[in-house]
Amino acid sequence: MTVADDDRECAEAAAKDPNALPAPTYKSLAAPVTKSVDKFALLPAFLKVRGLVKEHIDSFNYFITKGIRNIVKANNRIEARNDPSIFLRYNNVRVGAPSVQVEYIAENITPHFCRLTDRTYSAPVIADIEWTVGKQYDLKRKPQFIIGYLPIMLRSHTCVLNGKDEAELARYGECPLDPGGYFVVKGTEKVILIQEQLSKNRIIIDTDSKGRVIASVTSSTHEIKSKTVIFMEKDKIYLQLNQFTKSIPIIVVMKAMGMESDQEVVQMVGRDPRYGDLLYPSIQECAFERIYTQKQALQYMDDKVMYPGAGNQKEGRSKSILRDVFVAHVPVNNGNFRPKCIYTAVMLRRMMDAILNADTFDDKDYVGNKRLELSGQLISLLFEDLFKTMNSNAVELLNKATEKIHSSPLDLSLHIKTDIITNGLERAISTGNWDIKRFRMHRKGVSQVLSRLSYMASLGYMTRITPQFEKTRKTSGPRALQPSQWGMLCPCDTPEGEACGLTKNLALLTHVTTDQEEGPLMNLCYNLGVEDLSHLSGEEIHASYSFLVMFNGLILGKHRQPQRFANAMRMLRRSGKIGEFVSIFVNEKQHCIHIASDGGRVCRPLIIADKGISRVKEHHMKELRDGIRSFDDFLRDGLIEYLDVNEENNALIALYEHEDQDDVQRSSITHIEIEPLTILGVVAGLIPYPHHNQSPRNTYQCAMGKQAMGNVAYNQLFRADSLLYLLVYAQRPLLTTKTIELVGYDKLGAGQNATVAVMSFTGYDIEDAIVMNKSSLDRGFGRCIAMKKYTVTKEKYDGGFSDRIVKPQRGKDGALLKQNMRALDEDGFAAPGQIIRNHDIYVNKQTPKNTNRGSGPPLTDRDYKDSPAVYKGVDGETTVVDRVMLCSDTNDRLIIKCIIRHTRRPEVGDKFSSRHGQKGVCGTIVQQEDFPFSERGICPDLIMNPHGFPSRMTIGKMIELLGGKAGVSSGQFHYGSAFGEPSGNADTVEDISYTLVKHGFSYNGKDLLYSGIVGHPVQSYIFMGPIYYQKLKHMVIDKMHARASGPRVLLTRQPTEGRSRDGGLRLGEMERDCLIAYGASMLIFERLLISSDPYQVQVCRKCGLLGYYNHKLKTSYCSMCKNGENMAKMRMPYACKLLFQELQAMNVVPRLKLTEG
Amino acid sequence: MPKKGTKSTKGTDDEPQQQQNKLPDHLELQRTRVICKAGAPTHTEGFQYSGAYAAMGVDTSVSVDKFCMNFKVEVKRLTEDDMEFDMIGVDASIANAFRRILIAEVPTMAIEKVFMVDNTSVIADEVLSHRLGLIPLDADPRLFDYMSENDVPNERNTIVYKLHVSCQKGSPRLTVKSGQLEWLPEGSQLNMAAPAQSGNKQKTYTSFSQSQKDISKESLGVKFKDITIARLGPGQAIELEAHAVKGIGKVHAKWSPVATAWYKMLPEVVLLKEIKDDDAEKLVKKCPVNVFDIEDLGNGEKRAVVTKPRSCTLCRECVMGPSEEQVRLTRVRDHFIFTIESTGALPPEVLFTEAVKILEEKCERVISELS
Ligand code: SF4
Repeated sequence: MTVADDDRECAEAAAKDPNALPAPTYKSLAAPVTKSVDKFALLPAFLKVRGLVKEHIDSFNYFITKGIRNIVKANNRIEARNDPSIFLRYNNVRVGAPSVQVEYIAENITPHFCRLTDRTYSAPVIADIEWTVGKQYDLKRKPQFIIGYLPIMLRSHTCVLNGKDEAELARYGECPLDPGGYFVVKGTEKVILIQEQLSKNRIIIDTDSKGRVIASVTSSTHEIKSKTVIFMEKDKIYLQLNQFTKSIPIIVVMKAMGMESDQEVVQMVGRDPRYGDLLYPSIQECAFERIYTQKQALQYMDDKVMYPGAGNQKEGRSKSILRDVFVAHVPVNNGNFRPKCIYTAVMLRRMMDAILNADTFDDKDYVGNKRLELSGQLISLLFEDLFKTMNSNAVELLNKATEKIHSSPLDLSLHIKTDIITNGLERAISTGNWDIKRFRMHRKGVSQVLSRLSYMASLGYMTRITPQFEKTRKTSGPRALQPSQWGMLCPCDTPEGEACGLTKNLALLTHVTTDQEEGPLMNLCYNLGVEDLSHLSGEEIHASYSFLVMFNGLILGKHRQPQRFANAMRMLRRSGKIGEFVSIFVNEKQHCIHIASDGGRVCRPLIIADKGISRVKEHHMKELRDGIRSFDDFLRDGLIEYLDVNEENNALIALYEHEDQDDVQRSSITHIEIEPLTILGVVAGLIPYPHHNQSPRNTYQCAMGKQAMGNVAYNQLFRADSLLYLLVYAQRPLLTTKTIELVGYDKLGAGQNATVAVMSFTGYDIEDAIVMNKSSLDRGFGRCIAMKKYTVTKEKYDGGFSDRIVKPQRGKDGALLKQNMRALDEDGFAAPGQIIRNHDIYVNKQTPKNTNRGSGPPLTDRDYKDSPAVYKGVDGETTVVDRVMLCSDTNDRLIIKCIIRHTRRPEVGDKFSSRHGQKGVCGTIVQQEDFPFSERGICPDLIMNPHGFPSRMTIGKMIELLGGKAGVSSGQFHYGSAFGEPSGNADTVEDISYTLVKHGFSYNGKDLLYSGIVGHPVQSYIFMGPIYYQKLKHMVIDKMHARASGPRVLLTRQPTEGRSRDGGLRLGEMERDCLIAYGASMLIFERLLISSDPYQVQVCRKCGLLGYYNHKLKTSYCSMCKNGENMAKMRMPYACKLLFQELQAMNVVPRLKLTEG
Repeated sequence: MPKKGTKSTKGTDDEPQQQQNKLPDHLELQRTRVICKAGAPTHTEGFQYSGAYAAMGVDTSVSVDKFCMNFKVEVKRLTEDDMEFDMIGVDASIANAFRRILIAEVPTMAIEKVFMVDNTSVIADEVLSHRLGLIPLDADPRLFDYMSENDVPNERNTIVYKLHVSCQKGSPRLTVKSGQLEWLPEGSQLNMAAPAQSGNKQKTYTSFSQSQKDISKESLGVKFKDITIARLGPGQAIELEAHAVKGIGKVHAKWSPVATAWYKMLPEVVLLKEIKDDDAEKLVKKCPVNVFDIEDLGNGEKRAVVTKPRSCTLCRECVMGPSEEQVRLTRVRDHFIFTIESTGALPPEVLFTEAVKILEEKCERVISELS
């Protein structure tokens, strides 16, 4: 909450722009305001400058422009170990244009080229180097030295697509609606997902599993990452650090840092007697241990160091741990431990505050305590590690070389292996395994393949945030919706199941910050009156009137007039003097001002309001609409600012300027939302009227929208994805939302507007099944294309031999030798446009019979054997060869990619869904003449059972139907944006009903229908109109499976498992139980033995072991008893026989006891 | 317009003739009308049983004489593509039978087989073929036979079209329209891939013994020349041959001769009470299709009257609110306003007579099966 004190008002008066209104009186507030400013245009403007995935691109841009420089600069000189004057230095690092080296010539590449040819879209990292050669220390220079290749994020600064318009993008084979923000590695598109992390360098007060109060700090600097925990147990306070075997009393730590006087410690924490009481047991414990001086304290701690190291090194270890590991982010300059002491004291104080007042505990799930790690940061971690590895490797190699051959030239540049970086980055991004030994970081699944199932699926990937915790934890806290998520993270878009609530998505307007330089900001703070702590006593630090100023988790100093300081900082920010993403947060409870400029905070733009009056006026919006003003101008002029989650606590944000809230003083409003619909994310944004739905339905739709088939990208027909589903006649939804238009879903839709009648029909519509009109299907409803890629590699072998591709073999009369070659062209590849059936050959390849014979005479036809690529499809379906693409991979082998297309019409069992989480399969397909029809002759495309509504409570779907119906009758698209009714971004039901009546429909959307079967009217009015339906990727043809007898597993001789292996259907334990209960013993016998793996064994009646049957002598024989006297024949499952033999192999003797049956 | 099945009747209106005994008003209403209440329609199905009112001495049995007396067809609108007519004096099942036959059983010609020679456009072959199939052809199906499984395509069962368009490099994008389909009256021009037998003529995919020009006086083109088939970018081309055969809508909607055919029962709006002055004004305003009008009673008094009940779309506005008790919306059970929208192969009136013929055939089949 803001305190509107005097200081603030002065500041505001100064900040007010000249044409602002005079301070409003109560009367002017009460007067009705006729027209509110239409702020909506701000949204497209924002997305225009920012794009949908700006956070990814910004973060990567930061890395390639600043991050990489800082990393190299920090490690720019490497020296030979035994002679420091042999060195190599990197200067002026930069990232070049994306290119590949082809025979020592750099060739520029485009992302689409890389996708098609399985290459990595990467650019060289170039540095100017200077180094010494030999013992003479000749200085050499090389300006364009390539350190390695860095995969480039699409649409980043160095990407060729950066800043290109639609026509140019089309020339590059790129879709203009594609947001970029991902990488192309080995031909696959990889996204580095946003990682959620607890914030670094911040004190978090919490309770641990044992119920102890703990204060923890995760420190992170360039050199080290450490976690410091201070906890209270049995009234005494201890420090816990990984480097110590046992926890250490905190007073000992204070003493070890040079704060020997107990009084000073208490003063530092605070003079309140309650603090003293809480500290007393700890002080007492320290006294019991007889530790009074720094030296004693250090000695005490030395005994508890975890890895004492080599003997004598033990001395002084604890001091260095205190200096380097303990709250590592607080610097110790010239052995001055005082900042650390103060920091520890503040930690203690916060902890005791929490003990005294439970309200002051921190919430780990609070979004303000979280940081999002983006691709730039992750790559920079990796790059730094690889760069250091490369350098140390070079030094190592130089060392080795000099040891071996003394005359070798001492040239570091020769030992730099550039593929360490190239391969390291490529491997990490393509596998998603981030292993950084230095930080003991082993993360899996950091990068994932960008799903191209639909446009929404790709966008969904770009905004996804993966959690820090393992998903198995049952806790509900982190999964629950946090109030602080408002506007930052989408409340709807989260998966169901184990990752529910942990995996989140960014909201539409969220921005994730990147690091900002700290030095100038710190200086600014000091200039604005922050007093450095080094001159202050503990008493003064905690004086009641003054606030501590925390800068990125460091204690900068204190300020006597916190509100004034905060206002001044904010003024500077609004006028653009400091970065727009710096956050200034006054924490009244903690008596702190937090200033943050670190990366990974989530923030969002808001309109600034002065006493409830928006700074954005109609004339601003007009300028925006006319194109004179851009979103950045709004920022620059101080009309809009970014607030992060913490600073939002100092703001009072109104939804609409002119709406009177009941319990809030208008004059205390500081900000106004741009649009309420922006609290939802991209994927949730395509639901019409989501605010009328039961909330889980929106969540279901968010999952399903990603499985809907539609148009993937403008370049979809030129892509070579391994599996691509396209809808033939994709439509734009009749009932749109503003988000749909902003993200381009209206151009790349994934569904069709179907006329839906909500009624019961034929009985094949139970359990959400839908009844479809056959004529609609005939006319193209729900028709889709599935394109599958099949890749064949023309392998190369030693001795210069390789596979060859031959033309189809023909007999004398010119007829094909084998029928399955009919799809082949004369060059041996399947011809585009050919119909290809199951078992047809699509690449007629031959392999040398002997592949490792080394060099030798050239091969003749006889030395090859056929190894054709055979198409495995569904029998009875016609599939067509769409394209055949030839390219060479990085190893210069020929790659043949055949794309095979299958056009499918909907059939019974295909899955459909509306945009309201209402999925259903097609239950039956009915002739059009049997379908009901209205008095206007309209016949629905599909019929949905009304039982889908009561329990799901998807009112939004009903309004969509009404709005769609009004839309088609009036020839306009209607809107249904979230929470859009007050601002006109959603049509109200009243308006829609009015339109319906105007066009002769009933206001409630229900029509009189005639039964198509008997011809008379249906007994009730039927709710009928268009609803946007999505066809989901789950289709019956990909799943149906049955088999009679078929393949068996070699080992157990039981039928194989799974559809892909033409497997059997398992009669499992539970099914067996049913049969036992029913008493169908012969059926069990038949299923489990006869139809599975029957086997005849010879059993020795005497020893009970398995024997064998000697076919020559026609007798059975027991190899144990060495005779064939007591043999019996028996049938048992082969798996059982196998078990006995395996047990025997393990020295367990299974004996069968036979009785006459 | 003379029509088969149209029997003129003498001076009866749409009320069926009463027998000696009359039913009470409310029962008569239920028998002859579907009552459309604000919430739901009632009495939608009527009574089929001839003796349903026998106890009251009313005979509702069907007889040919009665049918001949009552049945009437009035054509209200007839254009090249669509017609609207009233069919009075039949049961809903009969009207529905015509509708069903029109949609699913009257045959037409439609493209069934497409031989692709070249297709470099963005549209996939299957999709292009599907689009071609849906194009209405201007060919009278009565001139052709059905093609059964082992028939050879000949001039009596197949119409051949050719489409050969290309977009020159450097020229702007080209839209391929249905008008560019070219009728080949002499049959296919594509040669079979199989090696030519020693015969003199190269074998094509059809074996026409005479030109189709002799069969049909008019050229067998497409009905609408402006249907977009595909778009071609510079350098793309489509070359194909399409074979149309005869079929019915039951098999695939492309053979359906109608865009749609449907009927509705004649709306009837009755004012149960006199509605005057302001209420009348209100009622008139309520109706979006102006069913009501104001009648001036002189001396400044006004009264609402029903002027155009036929155009009522059943929005039920007039039976909502205060006027609920004053207006009765009904549908006349045996009066059908039938609409046929032809796709173009045959004019709508011919379609209807065709449908009648098919129904006749069916009846005959039943009779012959029974006897
Ligand atoms: S139902 Fe509607 S269209 Fe019909 S008369 Fe009443 S108001 Fe007019």
